[in-house]
Amino acid sequence: MIWLIGIGGSLGAAARYLLGNYMNKKKKLNPFPFGTWVINITGSFLLGLLGNLHLLNEISHGVWFFAGIGFCGAYTTFSTFGYEAITLFQSNKLKLACAYVLTSVILSIAAAGLGFTISFTHD
Amino acid sequence: MKLLSVMLGGFFGAITRYSIGEWIQTDNGIPLGTLSINLLGCFLLGWFLTFFTLRKNIKTEFILFIGTGFIGSFTTFSAFSVETVLLFQNGLTVYGVLYVLISIIFGILLAFMGLKLAIINVEKGETR
Repeated sequence: MIWLIGIGGSLGAAARYLLGNYMNKKKKLNPFPFGTWVINITGSFLLGLLGNLHLLNEISHGVWFFAGIGFCGAYTTFSTFGYEAITLFQSNKLKLACAYVLTSVILSIAAAGLGFTISFTHD
Repeated sequence: MKLLSVMLGGFFGAITRYSIGEWIQTDNGIPLGTLSINLLGCFLLGWFLTFFTLRKNIKTEFILFIGTGFIGSFTTFSAFSVETVLLFQNGLTVYGVLYVLISIIFGILLAFMGLKLAIINVEKGETR
């Protein structure tokens, strides 16, 4: 079973790497870390959805291990979020740093809540 | 090779996160497993990226394997969000607020401490 987490994790990390690179290329001159920002919000939504389906026993343990703990867990990242925040603080972009931290946290939690809620009403 | 390095790191990062999470179990209250993982990962990534950016001649694949792959997948934002939602849903509002504040404030602080330590380490290495 632990292999499923590993495989989900490697795919999640790959998705984060590819999407992050793509976003950074698009927004080259903008210091706001859009890549990690979008990744953490969308991943939180997906895990909210999967988490509730798991609690309701609508998905198997294997799917939860692969897609939830593995993919979503590895796709989203807290450490890069922290590192990008201090990078912004250190380059004296205080407003941008605060905006990055606050919107990441608030929108990710809201997205997780939304994912959680809509998975109740699927039938 | 770059994508493969990220994927290999992600494989081990996710498994390590699960194993530590299983080991630090919390039934009710602040999710200590994810909290310790995220705080530790913030410190490690702050140190790692600073240390190896300051020291030249490091292979990109190595940075991608450890930094983007392993530490990136070891820490997780989605579990943090979902656990916060669950705390609020169970009426544990104070725990929810505390969990968010501790994660964010100490996460950023530890990333900063990792960065500072790496600068000290590199400077010491150069004077020797």
